[in-house]
Amino acid sequence: MSTLPTAAPRHPAEADAAEHVSVDLAEQSVRELNAALHDPAATATRWTVTHPRGLHSIAVGVDREVRVDVEGHVGYYFGGMNKHATLTVSGSAGQGLAENIMSGRVHVHGDASQSAAATGRGGLVVIDGNASARCGISMKGVDIVVGGSVGHMSAFMAQAGRMVVCGDAGESLGDSIYEARLYVKGSVASLGTDCVEKQMRDEHRRELAGLLQAAGRTESPEEFRRYGSARRLYHFTADNSKAY
Amino acid sequence: MPQQNQTAAQVRADAVPGPGDHGLRESATFDRATIHAIQRAAETGVYDIRGWGAKRRVPHFDDLLFLGASVSRYPLEGYREKCATDVVLGDRHAKTPLHLDIPITIAGMSFGALSANAKEALGTGASAVGTSTTTGDGGMTDEERDHSDTLVYQLLPSRYGMNPDDLRRADAIEVVVGQGAKPGGGGMLLGQKITQRVAEMRTLPQGIDQRSASRHPDWTGPDDLEIKIGELREITDWEKPVFVKVGATRPYYDTSLAVKAGADVVVLDGMQGGTAATQEVFIEHVGIPILAAVPEAVRALKDMGMHRRVQLVVSGGIRNGADVAKAMALGADAVSIGTAALIALGDNSPRYRDEYAALGSAPGYYDDFQDGRDPAGISTQDPELSARLDPVEGGRRVENLLRVMTMEAQTIARACGKSDLRHLEPEDMVALTLEASAMAKVPLAGTDWIPGTR
Amino acid sequence: MCGIAALQIKNPEMGPQLGTLLHSMTCDLIERGPDSAGLAVYDDPQTMQGAASLVSLLGIDLPLPAAELADRLTERLEGAETTVEAVGHTTLVRSQASTDALLQALEELAPEASVIGQGSHVAVMKGVGNPREVASAHGLEAMSGTRGVTHTRMATESAVTAAGSHPYSVADDLCLVHNGSFSNHLTVRDELERHGVRFGSDNDSEVAARYVASQLEEGADLETALLRLGEVFDGFYTLVVTTRDGMAVVRDPIACKPCVVAETDDWVAVASEFRALSELPGIESARVFEPEPGRVYTW
Repeated sequence: MSTLPTAAPRHPAEADAAEHVSVDLAEQSVRELNAALHDPAATATRWTVTHPRGLHSIAVGVDREVRVDVEGHVGYYFGGMNKHATLTVSGSAGQGLAENIMSGRVHVHGDASQSAAATGRGGLVVIDGNASARCGISMKGVDIVVGGSVGHMSAFMAQAGRMVVCGDAGESLGDSIYEARLYVKGSVASLGTDCVEKQMRDEHRRELAGLLQAAGRTESPEEFRRYGSARRLYHFTADNSKAY
Repeated sequence: MPQQNQTAAQVRADAVPGPGDHGLRESATFDRATIHAIQRAAETGVYDIRGWGAKRRVPHFDDLLFLGASVSRYPLEGYREKCATDVVLGDRHAKTPLHLDIPITIAGMSFGALSANAKEALGTGASAVGTSTTTGDGGMTDEERDHSDTLVYQLLPSRYGMNPDDLRRADAIEVVVGQGAKPGGGGMLLGQKITQRVAEMRTLPQGIDQRSASRHPDWTGPDDLEIKIGELREITDWEKPVFVKVGATRPYYDTSLAVKAGADVVVLDGMQGGTAATQEVFIEHVGIPILAAVPEAVRALKDMGMHRRVQLVVSGGIRNGADVAKAMALGADAVSIGTAALIALGDNSPRYRDEYAALGSAPGYYDDFQDGRDPAGISTQDPELSARLDPVEGGRRVENLLRVMTMEAQTIARACGKSDLRHLEPEDMVALTLEASAMAKVPLAGTDWIPGTR
Repeated sequence: MCGIAALQIKNPEMGPQLGTLLHSMTCDLIERGPDSAGLAVYDDPQTMQGAASLVSLLGIDLPLPAAELADRLTERLEGAETTVEAVGHTTLVRSQASTDALLQALEELAPEASVIGQGSHVAVMKGVGNPREVASAHGLEAMSGTRGVTHTRMATESAVTAAGSHPYSVADDLCLVHNGSFSNHLTVRDELERHGVRFGSDNDSEVAARYVASQLEEGADLETALLRLGEVFDGFYTLVVTTRDGMAVVRDPIACKPCVVAETDDWVAVASEFRALSELPGIESARVFEPEPGRVYTW
């Protein structure tokens, strides 16, 4: 089915780009792109994708150390369940960016729609612009760095991992949070149930500095405040009935 | 739990003279179970949580009867003349649909809710008869992948343990929107069962009460579901069938929308379907009986020209071959069993009478799956209790049940003159009650009348 | 369950591009709603043809041939010139009479016809089938104007019919489109019916449209009407409401159904997915955001 070159250059003139494949989504389908990225015989380590036109499920389920640069805007689930790969988007991303990411890095230069990095289990998701509602919902180990602000219900039921917000956080940040750690530089519209501000200790400043550096940010860890679970909802009790 | 004190008391009351023998009268509205529930709520301030499915009497397959062949139609010879039982699930879009030898699968039950031995037994039993098992809200274990020849991997709102490697090594993917015991509800697993291994699989602190979401984190509604299914297909290179499971509430619409969203298979779970731990009020008061749901789902498929092209798997109270035959006669392509499989493994066995009594329960009444103290070693993570369930023996028992159910269904189908279970049709049945007649849309026995049709 | 695209022109020089841009936005949302589609365009000179009022009728099957119906309407309206034209799957009735007078005359002469749009600025058109074809059949690409909204529909609990397509236009120059599903609309509908409101479909979104119309009729402004809707209606929704003067967007307090807004000095656009906005001129420098839950935005 796929007519994409996965290993060899298209012609000898491209010999020096032997490891670099270009895919134009105006010419080829997302299905062909993903099939080529999944192809065990593929050896290319650099991919450039043009004309993504907000299409859904671009570069999902990639499971190797490649770099994929997308020039333009992507739709739902860009980089879903990514493992090992480094993916970048020059524009904005739709709902469910890098959902359930396992490892590797997904970097969006524009904004991300709701549920960015939902249920992510590892790796790093960087959003230079704003992320909207439910950023980091049910996160399970992923690291998320947002250059702008995040919308309401971000880090809802966040289980593990770290989320850094260089702008502001919307309503109900960290509602029903478990063991994830949240760092916010700007204002927090409100904290969700069982989410509280926590002391910033040296270990947290070090952790935050590492995350900011990994994401290419210049903010100082001193400017952030830390939030996490009060652990009051860890066991059902009648006293908490209003929180359920 | 205290409720079982009452039910155990009721058991004893059957055997020895009770208050009723002295002319005392129990309220039908405030019966002993109701009184106890009020007392329990007043005492604890927390709603009652239990396992199992709806216990109340609802119209069910028992209220239907088959019309065996006689003079106007000819039966097939039992054991000699062919009556096919195999079924293909998911050949609408997937490159590798499931080919099952029998149309009875094992419903989704998680490692965590069930012990590792129980999961292994279900896998080996199902594999022995050529059918599938299903993961649950907790991810896939290596053991269950190894023990199940055909394994359906559930994508649930919590996404506990979800990962692309397991998606790729699954044989099918089931997007769980809801389940019959609690349509619209989230998951729940109490701390007793969150052992270290379960906690690691779910990325939770050990021993806490797990709450999980009722909606998926990254999509809402059928338009988003279509995009989500597209993503799952892309991740797995369009190889795996994608099932969509819904709890029975508005089956006509939910089936239509699942098909529009691109499902290969619709799984429909009635209110009698079991659960590991859910609020009693949810189990008993939300959702509709599977009997009422199947005809509506089939109508939706027929209206779209998709009956048999998108397969319908139904569950919730399937116990024997008659239930299988009746569900299929109403238009299902296959059924799933959960509670019946656990009973086959030894759940509620009289063998554990004394231990049930120690827990305040009795064989036939035990439903405290949430507590993790199951004497039968099934709904527990306790190593000593789990060790009581021999997975090989358990597997054999599950295999036996599946074989018996299949042969029973074939017996009925042959008697109705069918060379394939899927040739059973609603016209092969009549209803015993007005309710069943109206719900199943088959005539009341001895009449040609279906309430609501004229 | 659907796709929404709406565009309001701020710089009048861009008016002629309205139809082309809206058409392209709509085509990006077909997957969200492949069943049927509808569109509403405000102030397109070709469509309005200088008429004082325009009523859109569902379908093109009328009790009388178009020319004869036009003559009878003109006669009934005491000489106010009235024309009847089939455009795509829709019939447009234009008149020099007032909207009220035209509606009354239609009620008498074509009582079976379903009115899907009315007013002095807007034309509403609907059809069943692929939204691209529905839009083309009605000539959306060639239209100009001040604002427009399109909707691609995946029916949930009501039928796949042109009547079930959005926008719902139930008062002069008022249109509402909805993505989501209400969970208590039947109660609201009962209440409205008790107050004499009549419904044309079994669609939950029509209830919202009629509720907003009833609030506006009682004197509420659009923002107030939508805030009250938020108090009365339960469920999931992204709503876009357009009037002869402007446009509003509101999402329910949980805000799961998608919605993206982009605004420049020249235009403001709303869509279910960013991809529908990605080709708009000047999108690179537009202010792009997703509306906050429960907040009413007006332009």
